[in-house]
Amino acid sequence: MANDLLIKNGRVIDPLNNVNKVADVLIRNGVFAGVGDKFNANGVKVIDATGKFVTPGLIDIHVHFREPGDEEEETIASGSAAAVRGGFTSVVAMPNTDPPIDNATSVEYVHRMARQARKTHVYTMGAITKNRAGEQLSEMGLMRQAGAVGFTDDGSCVQNAAVMSRALKYASMFGDVVVSQHCEEASLAGKGVMNSGYQSTILGLPGLDRLAEEMIIWRDIQLVKKTATPYHVQHVSTAGGIKIIREAKQQGLPVTCEVTPHHLLLTEQCVCDYDTNYKVNPPLRTEDDINALKQAVRDGIVDALASDHAPHLQSEKELEFLAAPFGIASLECAFALYIKALITPGVIDWPQLIAMMTCRPAGIIHINKGSMTAGVQGDVTIFDPNVEYIVDAAQFKSKSRNCPYNGWKVKGKIEYTIVQGEVRYSSE
Amino acid sequence: MKTADKTNFQWTHKHLLGLKDLSAQEIEFILDTAKGFEQISTRSIKKAPPLRGKVVVNLFFEDSTRTRTSFSLAANRLSADVVEFTMKTSSVSKGETLLDTARNLEAMGIDIVVIRHNAGGAPKLLSRSISACVVNAGDGYNEHPTQALLDCYTIRKQLGTLKGKKIAIVGDIAHSRVARSNIWAMTKLGAEVTLVGPPTLMPSAVDKLPVKISYSLDDIIGELDAINMLRIQFERMANNPFPSVREYSHYFGLTVDRMKKARPDMLVMHPGPINRGLEMESEVADGPNSVILDQVTNGIAVRMAVLYLVSQANQIVGQVKS
Amino acid sequence: MEIILDSQKISQIINTLVDQIAKSVSDSSQNPPAIIGIRSRGEILGQRLAKLLVQRLGCEVPCGVLDITLYRDDLNKAGGAFAEVRSTEIGFDINDKLLILVDDVLYTGRSTRAAMDALIDLGRPKAIRLAVLVERDGREFPIQADFAGHKIKLPPDKNVEVNFIESDGIDRVIVR
Repeated sequence: MANDLLIKNGRVIDPLNNVNKVADVLIRNGVFAGVGDKFNANGVKVIDATGKFVTPGLIDIHVHFREPGDEEEETIASGSAAAVRGGFTSVVAMPNTDPPIDNATSVEYVHRMARQARKTHVYTMGAITKNRAGEQLSEMGLMRQAGAVGFTDDGSCVQNAAVMSRALKYASMFGDVVVSQHCEEASLAGKGVMNSGYQSTILGLPGLDRLAEEMIIWRDIQLVKKTATPYHVQHVSTAGGIKIIREAKQQGLPVTCEVTPHHLLLTEQCVCDYDTNYKVNPPLRTEDDINALKQAVRDGIVDALASDHAPHLQSEKELEFLAAPFGIASLECAFALYIKALITPGVIDWPQLIAMMTCRPAGIIHINKGSMTAGVQGDVTIFDPNVEYIVDAAQFKSKSRNCPYNGWKVKGKIEYTIVQGEVRYSSE
Repeated sequence: MKTADKTNFQWTHKHLLGLKDLSAQEIEFILDTAKGFEQISTRSIKKAPPLRGKVVVNLFFEDSTRTRTSFSLAANRLSADVVEFTMKTSSVSKGETLLDTARNLEAMGIDIVVIRHNAGGAPKLLSRSISACVVNAGDGYNEHPTQALLDCYTIRKQLGTLKGKKIAIVGDIAHSRVARSNIWAMTKLGAEVTLVGPPTLMPSAVDKLPVKISYSLDDIIGELDAINMLRIQFERMANNPFPSVREYSHYFGLTVDRMKKARPDMLVMHPGPINRGLEMESEVADGPNSVILDQVTNGIAVRMAVLYLVSQANQIVGQVKS
Repeated sequence: MEIILDSQKISQIINTLVDQIAKSVSDSSQNPPAIIGIRSRGEILGQRLAKLLVQRLGCEVPCGVLDITLYRDDLNKAGGAFAEVRSTEIGFDINDKLLILVDDVLYTGRSTRAAMDALIDLGRPKAIRLAVLVERDGREFPIQADFAGHKIKLPPDKNVEVNFIESDGIDRVIVR
């Protein structure tokens, strides 16, 4: 039968179910049927995963697919193809499109385009405010009903404290939906294009003060105390920010956060040649920040790893540093980058890494994914942790090439990306 | 005049993007070379043939009269053909991109691009993308290398050396490419540099620069060998970094009264154009300590040297390739 | 390497050159000659000649140094060597002056051509005469020395190198 699949002899890591052993995984009718070693699988398609790792399908809760509005940079179809090439069976598209995803029809549009692309599951968040203008609440309820998995004005930050307070309160009536924030206080951030510090001083580029991030995290957490609404800090980049999140978690507040590969691997030093592929928001910080983020990953304070895949045209990235757009396209190499940042130096072990890319992000957006529990949709990622390869942006399925990792030698190759029992990507 | 030690030294830069990455020896070499060009401007035939047949483009995206004129004269005196290409545009406005403009110019067969741009790093971007020599005539708040070179040239000519000299740079350090280039050049040449201005006009990590910082001009003026007064640029004062011009002048203006505290031989410098009465009183700008017009004169020799050196280096790069 | 002139011979040649120059200058009292040495060995030779000419003529002989780099004809030749510019220091007006242009070796004549162009940009001298320590064959331009010390014929692969105490610690002329 179609969508039946047996994955044999792989090392299965299913953190939610505490599985970490060599075993077979059976998918029947597109859903997990069991993890074990004595499956009768006559006539079922078999993948031999000997020597490879088999995990629940990877989830990236922060990508930009640019559709509608900037289809020259990325479409839901091209982004979906990039996602499965990167090992991701579920992604969450950000609503800062043109026009933004701030109503139910737009949410449905994203889902429809994703179904047509038939690669990865594409979820979307809705905008917190109409037109992402930070003023009036958007129709959160209707978007939630249409399938939005959370709300954010990402790309912008809700500046007005009263508006943010209202958004958190209002969202609380839906119980299980997260409000996410791109934390950046606008007046302090100013026209900054890179981290405010030594490099911005010697390059003469306007800096983004780290306080701009930390203040909003602190402010929002005070607001969260008044509601029970789950609150998620997107792409936290500073040691100060992570400290505030750590304290909130210790108080038992429903606060989660994610970190990107670039904030774990790159520092402001990378900007020294004005290479716009390193222009990203939040900006690349310092070695101290990287160390604090890694410590937080080790301590379980960081809930999810997210790429913030932000595709841009080459012609736009060829502009002056001041004029070029923010963003790094990394969906297709993000997994190997996390290995480089966290596994290779021994920050965490494999089950911890996989948890941060499967069950834990699934928990943030409240979807029943990220595990191999029987009955859950049969999404699987198979990779070889030992294969080394060179990142080659020219091979990307993404429409964009703004990738500072181009030419990097990395380890950990995606072999199969399987969605509902169907192989949507294989390295062969 | 101290000259660079030439042993095992060769000038290899086909671009002059900034002074931050040049060695003291390379900076000295530019200044030494400039000395050889100085006399050309003083004789009746103000021209020599080394860049005959070369084309220099002044690609200016910001208003500038004196720097553009100085580069034009420098190129003319080396017998180059000079094309003026002035485009008042913001880098964020739509239209032809910087790279397209540069590639078009290059397709017309140019040898040296002198670029002034409001975005820091624009000359670097250009140098990565075209084969012509690129000379930075000021980019954003990053660098203005020829201004700092002519400042150093002027000081070296007046005082013999920069080594051990106490020099203050006064004003809007945060938004000043002149300040940055001067910090690199002067400290590399052994001067002791103090930045003076209100904290709101200091860059964020000023404490990590190889300089001293003072918020009081009165405290330090007595020990200075030279003072470089920056221009207050009102167009960059949108954030209101100080309460009023009056208050700024009170603390940081170079007044006749304040000059009484200075050493009698302290050099007074300014990159121009001067806001008379704001950062400097007219009596000081025109007074005996002022070398402001010498700076302008020396600027031509320095720019001739720079154009000559990048052109020579380009030729050698060609040799390495072939 | 072969030493073709030692310090004694160099000294004799310089004296002979001074004799020849002095004889050729008829009205030294009214318009004394001026020496222009081409950087860098011509500069040293020029200074020596000037010093002796002062004694011989009994009048002041102004002496300047000319850097011809900017006037070289191989300056923009692709693949040429880096040409370092140094300063020209001529502290007197060359208009209507009799100039004795001094170089260490006359070979192709290209340096002399460059020097003459450089001088013309500085003014209009009454006349330019050329004095050299060594004159070898191999002229590429129609240029001859008015006062030539040592004359020598050499194959094109040989180089004449002049050393002076002031710059090299020894007075000698060698062929490599």
